[in-house]
Amino acid sequence: MGNLIRIELFKIFSKGRTYIGFAAIALIVVTIQIGIYFEGREILDFAIQHLKENFVFEGNLINAYLITHIILNSLFIHIPFLIALVTGDLLAGEANSGTFRLLLTRPVSRTKLLTSKFISGWIYTMSLLIFMLILSLGVGLAIFGTGDLIVLKSTINIFSSDDVLWRFASAYGFGIITMTAVAALSFMLSAFSDNSIGPIIGTVAIIIGITVISTIGFTLMEPVNPYLFTNYLTSWKLFFEHDINTVELTRAIIVELTYIVVFLGTTFVYFNRKDILS
Amino acid sequence: MNREKYIELRQVTKTYGNITAVDDFSLNVYEGDIYGFLGPNGAGKSTCIRMMLSLVRPSSGYINMFGYDIRTHKNKVLRNIGALIERPDFYDYLPARKNLEILSRISKIKNPDKKISELLELVGLSERADSKVKTYSQGMKQRLGIAQSLLHDPKLIILDEPANGLDPQGQKEIRELIKTINRDKGITVLLSSHILSEIEEIANRMVIINKGRSEVEGDVNELLNQGDMVVTFEVREVEKALSLIRQTSWANKLENNQKTGEIILKIERNEIPQITHYLSHNEVDVYGIKPVRSLENYFLKITQHG
Repeated sequence: MGNLIRIELFKIFSKGRTYIGFAAIALIVVTIQIGIYFEGREILDFAIQHLKENFVFEGNLINAYLITHIILNSLFIHIPFLIALVTGDLLAGEANSGTFRLLLTRPVSRTKLLTSKFISGWIYTMSLLIFMLILSLGVGLAIFGTGDLIVLKSTINIFSSDDVLWRFASAYGFGIITMTAVAALSFMLSAFSDNSIGPIIGTVAIIIGITVISTIGFTLMEPVNPYLFTNYLTSWKLFFEHDINTVELTRAIIVELTYIVVFLGTTFVYFNRKDILS
Repeated sequence: MNREKYIELRQVTKTYGNITAVDDFSLNVYEGDIYGFLGPNGAGKSTCIRMMLSLVRPSSGYINMFGYDIRTHKNKVLRNIGALIERPDFYDYLPARKNLEILSRISKIKNPDKKISELLELVGLSERADSKVKTYSQGMKQRLGIAQSLLHDPKLIILDEPANGLDPQGQKEIRELIKTINRDKGITVLLSSHILSEIEEIANRMVIINKGRSEVEGDVNELLNQGDMVVTFEVREVEKALSLIRQTSWANKLENNQKTGEIILKIERNEIPQITHYLSHNEVDVYGIKPVRSLENYFLKITQHG
């Protein structure tokens, strides 16, 4: 299995499209960091101006933690697309290029091949998230230093600097679960298709479509909403509450894990029976 | 000599919805054969090959390879088979050598570097081994396709139209390569083609498949030389020639579809000189004789009419 995973990783990282995700993240993170470096003070002052009438704000508020939090907010929208760009190509790309015939006429089971492909896609997903974390937090620490984290929502939450790192670690941990669900979805669509464009667009369309429908607030959708995996893509924010809603968090994790199992189960059953005609 | 049966397809059928791609098809390939798998485009050759390689599941029937049922012993069977199916597709963003390394590692070949170099030498790609496959010509890809099929020292290689898209020189090179592999390495070859002359040149046994059904199977020479031939005599005075023929026992051997300047008869090979002599003796000049063997004629018909 290790051998197959190494081969799949080699193939993934030999393709130009793999680096689009890293380049996009680098571009967005660096742009945000530059923007905050030059205009962060004015933006923050504007955001908390009405609070300044009653509270005194002290210390380094424009810090790495604030930047990491802002980047998390903005990038969790884009990351699914970047993940689908690679995981949607894992099976459909082989079908499209005709190389399934090369792989599947070797003495290796389809289950092993699928497992190695998904694990490789998952490693890519992890590497994207870790890259984002290093770039936003690591570079942020070097340029902006540490300080308390201000989280602006309908209320304002302030976390002292020694109470922040575990929250980021947990948020990223949760992010790995949600992004694994996204990877599993595009992997499943990839098994259904002989062209990578379909799974990539399909994944993004499903996420955006379901999110829009459930956000509109149709009464019809209310009983279903708690079971839609897309509704928990931003549940990492729960870690930036003083009283973490563990019930909501547990539900989010169970729903995401269930979808991962269903998506992967469908992929394995379908692909093991699939006639390879490409 | 008792030869081991490498491939046995028995009453295999494959349907896609309402379409029957392969219909009650049977085939037998023995150790040492260069087995011609002949049929027009769309006859069901590739579907059969995909079923032999477990890429496609048969709807019914039995496929036995090297004594194993392909459904239950897929990996055991595939360890003994190399294949090039339809187009020679590779990871074209990688060099040829890297492609072969990847496939060697999947097949768990120990110390593959020497083997890869040998095969690249065999197929004449040593000098371009480190070029990306996307820079290769079709002929080079076909040769690389044959090289990858030999990576794990298989007992049998299945080549699906390996000369497709090549110029005559490229086709000749591929045919020579297949003969060399069979003769020098003792590897059994199943060669699919829609060109009878190609099969005739290199195969010892063959099957003709048409519309998914097996039409005829056996020794290539025996099949090609059995039965009457359709012989076209090119003559100056067609009416006179026809009149002369109608006065003989050959009258009932005249084909219906006579053409201008030619008379066409369905006769045995040894009758050709007799007719030529008879026409010449009666002052009908014969300018050309085009014999087409019955199997060749039959294959031409199914190719033309689908």
